[in-house]
Amino acid sequence: MTDHDEGADNVSAPSRVPGQLTRREQWLRRRRRRSATVALASTALTFGIVIAVVTSSSGWPKVKSLFFDPARFKDDFPELLGYLWVDVKLFLQCAPLIVIWGMVIALCRNTRNPVLFPLRVFAAVYTDFFRGVPVILTIYLIGFGIPKLKLIEGDFHFLGFGGAWNSPYLWGPIALVLAYSAYVAEVFRAGIESVHESQRAGARSLGLSQSQTLRHVVLPQAVRRVIPPLMNDFLSLQKDVALLSILGIVEVFRRATSIKDKTFNFTPLVAAAVIFLVLTIPETRLVDWYTNRQRKRTGGTVIS
Amino acid sequence: MTAKLRIDDVQKSFGGKHDRKVVLNHVSLDVGEHEVVCLIGASGSGKSTLLRCINLLEPIDDGAIFLDGVDISEPGLDADPIRRRIGMVFQSYNLFPHMSVLENITLAPTKVLRHDTAEARDAALELLSRFSLADKAAAYPDQLSGGQQQRVAIVRALAMKPELMLLDEVTAALDPVLVGEVLNVIREMRTEGMTMVLATHEMGFAREISDQVCFLKDGVVLESAPPDQLFTSPSHPETAEFLERVIASGRL
Repeated sequence: MTDHDEGADNVSAPSRVPGQLTRREQWLRRRRRRSATVALASTALTFGIVIAVVTSSSGWPKVKSLFFDPARFKDDFPELLGYLWVDVKLFLQCAPLIVIWGMVIALCRNTRNPVLFPLRVFAAVYTDFFRGVPVILTIYLIGFGIPKLKLIEGDFHFLGFGGAWNSPYLWGPIALVLAYSAYVAEVFRAGIESVHESQRAGARSLGLSQSQTLRHVVLPQAVRRVIPPLMNDFLSLQKDVALLSILGIVEVFRRATSIKDKTFNFTPLVAAAVIFLVLTIPETRLVDWYTNRQRKRTGGTVIS
Repeated sequence: MTAKLRIDDVQKSFGGKHDRKVVLNHVSLDVGEHEVVCLIGASGSGKSTLLRCINLLEPIDDGAIFLDGVDISEPGLDADPIRRRIGMVFQSYNLFPHMSVLENITLAPTKVLRHDTAEARDAALELLSRFSLADKAAAYPDQLSGGQQQRVAIVRALAMKPELMLLDEVTAALDPVLVGEVLNVIREMRTEGMTMVLATHEMGFAREISDQVCFLKDGVVLESAPPDQLFTSPSHPETAEFLERVIASGRL
């Protein structure tokens, strides 16, 4: 008998004693515990150092009273929370329009029909333009420019929405929709292109037309695949809603700045930051939950 | 009698002006009704391209393809109604991962043939149970083994009641045990009289199932003969050499 055989004998029997962990499970558990301990210790150490450095700096007492005044925070936070709804409402008005308009632009860019060639050019120029211009400029130009044209006077009423035609509450969100649709269109386009050619071949071989293939086979897969990056864009939209304050829309950020201007204290801005976090963190959790559910539903093994 | 499928002097090449690669070089082939034709040959010999051309997934450069005596390769012809009559199964299954097995199968009957949902569903379930897949109707493709996925792909093509089935190396991605279950499905289609063109590397199976075997090399049909003749006394030296290599690799 060789050494090799003896070695093999030692490991060959995976002894499973009921109620006890096997050798491998014990090892895995030890390793998990060790990683958790190390992670905890290194986090505590890092934060400890950061806090020590910041609080020991010469300017800290001043910064503390300017930015982290507990009494002010207690006053300002509830008031700012009252404006949260304005941000959420603007977001909810923009998001569906962005999805629809972004999808339209993406589909225009994907057309192969020569008759629709002008649409392709339009979509390409559109995405180049709105991705190239800073969002804040788009908001300025459209939000202030178009109402000044006074194309239409008076009020509009549409699907339960209503207001003055020349109000920033109309043109601000439109500017955001135009800018964000360009990004979202590119995300959709990447998703459409990521669906493998063999899927189209499979669909076409069954007699499905080009548009049926797009609608039933390509788009559902493309959209599912891009939901995480899309959510990323929407997270950023939720924050960029604050940019509409430059048009005079009073929302959390605008209100925080006006409190700051009155009191010469930056604590309301910190409170505003906390409010945005309260808003966006659940949204990121939602994305994670969705991606996991999707993966479980369609099966397949998960590589950890 | 006209052949069910007639491939007449088809030429096809890929690539640009300077690096043109001829994949099908004056290929001609007749497939009679209820006949099973196997295409054999090394990878890159043009088997898959020929099948894709028949299903109009690839346009041909010259020649013609006739289905029931009608030229289906005519430029400008609407390919969709023709593809409805031809079922195709791919090496990598090409099932739709976002749909359950049942939805995969009923998609084309409901959207293309406009059958109503209940009718398409019943037909699909019947086909599934015939191929012992009834318990998989609600599963998603990723939850199935390769052999099951390929059988679902065959059922999906059969649900359109095609007059002709094209099978493109349908067992090439499967392990030997799973190959068996897929081949059984093909045997069953044969007993039911389905006209089929198969590209395959399973020589034993090709010999068993086909009425005619075509050996392709570099886009040329070098030899076309009944299986017993082609496998025992090939008339072309290149065929003999190919078969010897196959035997040497233990695949026959």
